[in-house]
Amino acid sequence: MAKNKTADTHEKKRTTTARGQRAPKGVLRRLIRTLFEFYPVLLPLTMLCIVINAIVSAAPAVFLQKVIAVVDASYKSGDWSSVAGQILGYVFILLIMYAVSLIAGALYTQMMAIITQGSLKKLREKMFDHMQDLPIKYFDTNGHGDIMSYYTNDVDTLRQLISQSLPQITISAITLSVVFCIMIYYSVILALLIVAGVIGMAFAARAITNRSSKYFLRQQVTIAGAEAFMEEMITGQKVIKVFCHEEKAKEDFDKVNGEIFFNARNGNRFANILMPLLGNIGNVMYVVVAIVGGALMLTDIPNISLCGMGFTISIVVPFLNMTKQFAGSVGQVSNQINMVIMGLAGAHRIFALLDEEPESDEGKATLVNAKEDASGNLTECEERTHIWAWKNIADDGTVTYTRLRGDVRFFDVNFGYTEGKTVLHDISLYAKPGQKIAFVGSTGAGKTTITNLINRFYDVTEGKITYDGIDVCDIKKDDLRRSLGIVLQDTNLFTGTVMDNIRYGSLGATDEDCIEAAKLAGADDFIRRLPEGYNTMLTSNGANLSQGQRQLLAIARAAVADPPVMILDEATSSIDTRTEAIVQRGMDALMEGRTVFVIAHRLSTVQNSNAIMVMDHGRIIERGTHEDLIKLKGTYYQLYTGALELD
Amino acid sequence: MVKTLARSVREYKKPALLTPLLVSVEVVLECIIPFIIADLVNDMQAGCDLSTIVNYGIELVIMAILSLVFGVAAGNTCATASTGFAKNLRKDMFYRIQDYSFENIDKFSVSSLVTRMTTDVINVQMAFMMIIRIAIRCPLMLIFSFVMGFAMGGRLAMIFLVTIPLLGFGLFLVIRKATPIFRRVFRKYDALNDSVQENVQAMRVVKSYVREEYEKKKFAGAAEDVCRDFTKAERIMAINNPMMQFCVYAAMVFVLSFGSYAVITSQGSEVAVGQMSAILTYSFQILMSLMMLSMVFVMITMSLESAERIVEVLGEESTLSSPGNAVDCVKDGSIDFDNVSFKYSTKAERMALEGVNLHIKSGEVIGILGGTGSSKSTLVQLIPRLYDTTEGSVKVGGVDVRDYDLEVLRNNVAMVLQKNVLFSGTIKDNLRWGNPDATDEEMLQACKLAQADEFIQTFPDKYDTWIEQGGANVSGGQKQRLCIARALLKNPKILILDDSTSAVDTRTDALIRQGFREFIPETTKIIIAQRVASVQDADRIIVMEGGRINAVGTHEELLETSDIYREVYTSQTKAGDEDGEE
Repeated sequence: MAKNKTADTHEKKRTTTARGQRAPKGVLRRLIRTLFEFYPVLLPLTMLCIVINAIVSAAPAVFLQKVIAVVDASYKSGDWSSVAGQILGYVFILLIMYAVSLIAGALYTQMMAIITQGSLKKLREKMFDHMQDLPIKYFDTNGHGDIMSYYTNDVDTLRQLISQSLPQITISAITLSVVFCIMIYYSVILALLIVAGVIGMAFAARAITNRSSKYFLRQQVTIAGAEAFMEEMITGQKVIKVFCHEEKAKEDFDKVNGEIFFNARNGNRFANILMPLLGNIGNVMYVVVAIVGGALMLTDIPNISLCGMGFTISIVVPFLNMTKQFAGSVGQVSNQINMVIMGLAGAHRIFALLDEEPESDEGKATLVNAKEDASGNLTECEERTHIWAWKNIADDGTVTYTRLRGDVRFFDVNFGYTEGKTVLHDISLYAKPGQKIAFVGSTGAGKTTITNLINRFYDVTEGKITYDGIDVCDIKKDDLRRSLGIVLQDTNLFTGTVMDNIRYGSLGATDEDCIEAAKLAGADDFIRRLPEGYNTMLTSNGANLSQGQRQLLAIARAAVADPPVMILDEATSSIDTRTEAIVQRGMDALMEGRTVFVIAHRLSTVQNSNAIMVMDHGRIIERGTHEDLIKLKGTYYQLYTGALELD
Repeated sequence: MVKTLARSVREYKKPALLTPLLVSVEVVLECIIPFIIADLVNDMQAGCDLSTIVNYGIELVIMAILSLVFGVAAGNTCATASTGFAKNLRKDMFYRIQDYSFENIDKFSVSSLVTRMTTDVINVQMAFMMIIRIAIRCPLMLIFSFVMGFAMGGRLAMIFLVTIPLLGFGLFLVIRKATPIFRRVFRKYDALNDSVQENVQAMRVVKSYVREEYEKKKFAGAAEDVCRDFTKAERIMAINNPMMQFCVYAAMVFVLSFGSYAVITSQGSEVAVGQMSAILTYSFQILMSLMMLSMVFVMITMSLESAERIVEVLGEESTLSSPGNAVDCVKDGSIDFDNVSFKYSTKAERMALEGVNLHIKSGEVIGILGGTGSSKSTLVQLIPRLYDTTEGSVKVGGVDVRDYDLEVLRNNVAMVLQKNVLFSGTIKDNLRWGNPDATDEEMLQACKLAQADEFIQTFPDKYDTWIEQGGANVSGGQKQRLCIARALLKNPKILILDDSTSAVDTRTDALIRQGFREFIPETTKIIIAQRVASVQDADRIIVMEGGRINAVGTHEELLETSDIYREVYTSQTKAGDEDGEE
């Protein structure tokens, strides 16, 4: 619930970069620039090797032609020894070229493997690092599944693009230009013929890939839709069973499944047509070249070429080979088009994530350990003194220290998650150091929102919140949050041991500190009964623990952090009343001397608060101690007597 | 594993079998074309006239058209077969999941099932496409080219005998080294993505504890690990390409030097010029095929993991099923537990329920109370046979639940689960889960009984109000009342409320119970609750503790005899905790 609370109170914004769309122009350039930034030396080197490899592997056509010309001229004589030197000479040059090509080839493929994986790693890290710095708002407004798909789908398509498509296209492009040059060298007419053919191929390829990529992109959308459907159904699988609703669920699924099939089938159909089509256009080109070449050989049309040779068999044969090579390269390129389209769409989404505005922080005041001398002056020190102070450096360089006490005040605070939709109205309140302030009210009344403002997950729209007299906006966010301990209703545990999870509160805590904290939270008892006690591994958010046990761990985690101000947002909601009574004792110990904000459904949890705020539609409608509010006979009284329901 | 998967091909068997056939024809044509071209080149060399060339040309164009037709047809059937196969796989998995028992469901996480039905199926679809298309094409191409090469080039084709085994051996080594790394790295990759998901979900915790840098470091470590292994595997795979180039080059050099020698010394009688270039084409085709084959092999091994994960879902036998000649009528709402013990998994050390004996008369109201983990839910889940007992038996209407047809039993035992779920759709859609043929009047009645009508009427769209996934747009108490109404529409003989009114205020809660007494007196009602007030007026109250029945009796009796009951009662009345938790 808590997770949804904030999301529900303001409208969910769709991501700006929806799936199923082609990437706009400029994404490719940015991707290439990014890759160059990752590997400023290795990538150009790799490109160099690719170029060498491509040129050298295209060039042998020349020598092939030369050898065939020699053989053609002299095979009738049957005299091997007279031409052996010449032929073997060519073969020797070939050998050298091959050796160069092989070395370049081996180098670039190895380097490309490093670059691909390294770039993906760097990109992933960049995404993850950037994501850590994004404001909570981003996570509240974007679906988690959507965010996850950046790391899975989008990075995966990018892998294909970087490791296969980019080198393949580069090689093919170079091969094409080299072969084209050689063609011009031999015969301009035939070369132009082939260019005409290639233009035809390009059109065919374009027409087909346009269609296939349309279906492929649509397939991505339908799969995302199916994912949402399956997620909902399987989450409610037990309800389906209890209501014998299986057949209806199957029916609905068939519909979604049919849609995926339709798009996948059509996409693949067009994609599969591409290769035979281009291959056979290549074959036809081959025939055309043979016929035209043959015709030219027979008629005496002068050959326009750089080499100056006339039309002979020794020009036509290598030309035929080059035609094949040319068509092959065009095929290779077009085969990559779908991958490029999908990969760029992925890159576009990834860049959109990287372009999200990170959480800003203008605060300057920092939290430091301090010592107090006899006259009450504070001085900064390194060691843990259990006295903390806010260190504020004014513009003129004077340093002031304010002792951290946990005094939190709201001054006429208004707030809305989206502009124009105010969810908190005129909130003014103060929490003196050591006080326990409780918030009671229905879902959507704004209780959690108040805590979101204290730790600056969101910033107030109007008004001001002060912490020990300092505006929270002037405190560095990290230091502000370090001084606040928060236990949420939806506990999130991390993969790792129970001990690791408690230590998350304070990374420097010893095992003893953690166990002490667990005892305080009333968690020690059940932890010791786990198969491996504190070393029990937790996976999938502690799936093997009950919700109540998870909450106890979350409380222990906050206890080990030892913050001066605590926020407990429905922290004990899943613990039964008997266990809660036990936890309560630990909590009371934990809360002693701290300012505590408590949000709770159960009135027993908040009864002993210094002040209880009853909230309704973003306003504080009643405030006072338990006794005050009972005497008031208002909303709180009705809640207390069970006449009113809390949602 | 192959057998389980193959069962999902079904109606796509025809295109699946047709594809290799079409591909074979395409390959034959593709191999004959260079053969004709070689002839053409030879004839041109001999100085033939243009009409001969045109004849060859016509022959070739026809071949090309045929090859195109078959190629397109093959691409078509291949797309249909592979995506159809994928569709059936998804369908079979989803259907199978629908047949799962609670025990089966507990075994898989939701996200893992969804991944299996999406990513894993796509991987298998790719592999299947590869198999029916390329895995047939490549060996055929290989054989044809080989034969043709020998037929044309004679002695020159001997080079194949050197290069093919060389490349084959090299590819074998590469695959053998790379695949285990790939399989390992894909598992690590999954774990990496899981950790991202964990981080996204826990973002509030991360930010609250200012652990951004810590998380970054943790992620960087895991990403580095994945990257290292991936790079290792890809670098091994990257050897393929130069290896293949080497073989092509070797063949070229051989053919050019020895070919020329052979042509010249035999004065063109043994090997002609045209054949020399044809043999180069073939050698290229052979090596290309080998290369593709190795790629297919790698793809298949990589998809093995996915295939296994799919088979795991398909092969999971439902632990519960209706018996043959099942009882298809539930006589009344009486329930008997005889010496029932239960544990969730055979491996579990402790019984979740132990030695439960309980006899409930039809129409009785039973309250169940107990702390977290006292197995209250476990007890009632045995009644509609959501799980089978480990020892002992549960009878409904005097008949062992294992003898009933499951659907009959569950339609007569309505249960409102603790984890209530509403589905996206209108309120009516959701209510119809209880009875697909329910009339508006019946729905209104059920909602009135569940005290839901009152708030539904305040919605602008009333019963046609759209409910978001999981019931996110109604409050907890409203959700619970809708779920009760949904269960009531089944018109059950037994109604079980598993902590289903916890978010409902006490007054409404009382109204609901009062309605039950008045309007469905015949129905056996079992109410699990945290607060005493919800069960206080039941005919009998059962106090559960540590998987055993601790005490049974009326409110007054238990106040006298049960320490636990008294403790709970006093803690709640003293604290005035009259509202529940969610």
